[in-house]
Amino acid sequence: MSKDPITARGDLRLTRITKSYGDFTAVDDLTLTIPKGSFFALLGPSGCGKTTTLRMVAGLEEPTVGSIHLGDTDITTTRPYQRPINTVFQNYALFPHLTIFENIAFGLRRRGIKDVKEQVDKVLNLVELPHLAERKPTQLSGGQQQRIALARAIVNRPALLLLDEPLGALDLKLRRQMQIELKWIQREVGLTFVHVTHDQEEAMTMADTIAVMNEGKIEQMGSPADLYDNPETAFVANFLGQSNLIKGKIDGNDGDNLVVDLYGQKISMPKKRSHAVDNSLYAGIRPEKFRISRLGTPVKGNTLTGGRIEDVSYIGVSTQYVVAMPWGQEVMVFEQNDDGVAPFDKGDEVNISWEPNFTFGLRGDEDIEAGTEVNPEELEEE
Amino acid sequence: MSFPKVRVPYLLLLPGFAFLFTFFILPIINLAQTSTQTPVDGGDTGQYEQTLAFSNYIQAFVENKEQFGRSFLYASLATIFALAIAYPLAYAIAFKAGKFKNILLVLVVAPFFPSFLLRTVAWKQILGEEGFVVPGLRSLNIIGEQTTLTSTSIAVVAGMTYNFLPFMTLPLYASLERIDPRTIEAAGDLYANGITAFRRVTVPLSMPGVVAGTLLTFIPAAGDYVNAAILGSPNTKMIGNVIESRYFKIVDYPTAAALSFTLMVAILILVTLYIRKAGTEELV
Repeated sequence: MSKDPITARGDLRLTRITKSYGDFTAVDDLTLTIPKGSFFALLGPSGCGKTTTLRMVAGLEEPTVGSIHLGDTDITTTRPYQRPINTVFQNYALFPHLTIFENIAFGLRRRGIKDVKEQVDKVLNLVELPHLAERKPTQLSGGQQQRIALARAIVNRPALLLLDEPLGALDLKLRRQMQIELKWIQREVGLTFVHVTHDQEEAMTMADTIAVMNEGKIEQMGSPADLYDNPETAFVANFLGQSNLIKGKIDGNDGDNLVVDLYGQKISMPKKRSHAVDNSLYAGIRPEKFRISRLGTPVKGNTLTGGRIEDVSYIGVSTQYVVAMPWGQEVMVFEQNDDGVAPFDKGDEVNISWEPNFTFGLRGDEDIEAGTEVNPEELEEE
Repeated sequence: MSFPKVRVPYLLLLPGFAFLFTFFILPIINLAQTSTQTPVDGGDTGQYEQTLAFSNYIQAFVENKEQFGRSFLYASLATIFALAIAYPLAYAIAFKAGKFKNILLVLVVAPFFPSFLLRTVAWKQILGEEGFVVPGLRSLNIIGEQTTLTSTSIAVVAGMTYNFLPFMTLPLYASLERIDPRTIEAAGDLYANGITAFRRVTVPLSMPGVVAGTLLTFIPAAGDYVNAAILGSPNTKMIGNVIESRYFKIVDYPTAAALSFTLMVAILILVTLYIRKAGTEELV
């Protein structure tokens, strides 16, 4: 108990955290461990509770129920200034009355460090802006302010660095560049980064581990590849990229595979990739996993026949097809433009096929629209 | 008739400039002329001729040193008290009032609805023998049975503090309200406790409001004579009261003009030094 929380190090553990505001539950019985040294992303639409979770870790909000540990130290009710945690705020929140140098030195000075020059210079070099030390924040561009906000946090070498939608205010090109830089800086300094975002591409580019949040709960947690290739819920399948979800029935077993009936056509998929609880299931296939072939052409793997090309969009790197299936569903297919020509036209009768191992199975009682709606609030943020 | 485009801004400036010229520049010149006039030999009361009697200034200042000193002392005290009252008030409205923000702002301005004079007379009642302040303080043995509050410097400073409070509160509110609360959160995040965050972030960021508020309070307070006339006594006369009586009672225009000019220059110097020191040009 006598241990000063400021010296705490180790994994961050959230245990059964709930945060309510009146009747509204922002975070609902959340348990989560973030390993030391990882780049962790909390991904979800706005209002999913990810920012509230971050603010509780920072100490800006207190959980209604539950505890937060850093290593062995309980920091649930520790004041923000007593936590070894720093935040890169969404709008940067730089101090407008201080120079860039003094902004970065702020945390060091508060901890009683007199000789700050060396450390501040070092971190200014890390973010490649040493020439701006004497400027004021308003004289900097958005991208530069973003880096200074990062420098101001990492100069303290916190046990945990929190990033609250840090790239939200930047334009697309700068955002891409900063994603790569942030990842590089994280490896360089070796701190634990916890990154909150609603941008799935941003999370996938940077994080080692992503927790997808929805309505105050974690839907699924794993590496970007795990989440993308084998989503466990319709929300994750739709929120991370696009998915084709086709209703089916489990018809039997074939060794390690399941035989699934999709509107009368039999396909096969690995048992361990099915998250169904009974016989009913949605078979999920990512659009780029499909192959289109003309009727009569022999194909390998699972095949669904009777498709008709409804729409063709040539977008350079790939061609996107909308294929109408006999049971009335339209599926998305992305084909690489290996040969440079779109080989199918609107109205062509086709089969679609795919490698069985790419199939994932969702519970048959899922809402297949979950995670597809565009939140109007989110558009405003953009 | 058409004008080249470059002339348009100057044409737009013309009405304002004409107004200021007629009602500011000309009176100032007139005031400067009057301040160096001397009485006509054997003339009537109030008859003066233009000389260049700069000795008027020395005489006016020497005769009224005390009132000058008192003006700046009272104005400084009123400014300090107003700041002490207004800062927490503006802070609470800006950060803690939530949906009551607008109502509270109206309440701050509400005392301005009745006239300045009426409000000051009301203070005379409040601080008088029949008010609740004096009997209250007496029953608590804070002041003796013989002590009164009217006609004292306390009453004058209290009246000035009250009358200029909105001038202090509104600019303070405006600059506190502009502070992004996330910068204060950021200070907490960067190891500053509540007091340090206030001292290092909130106060510096509210400096434009502090400077504007203190100027808007100090300048009119230094030249004020209503509070001293209504709430004070001959012993609490301020320079405004002297100027008033020189003009309207003694009809000594040159001395009144010289005093006005001296006051103006003194305020100008003080304000310039103050703004330099506060360094507001550094602030965003």
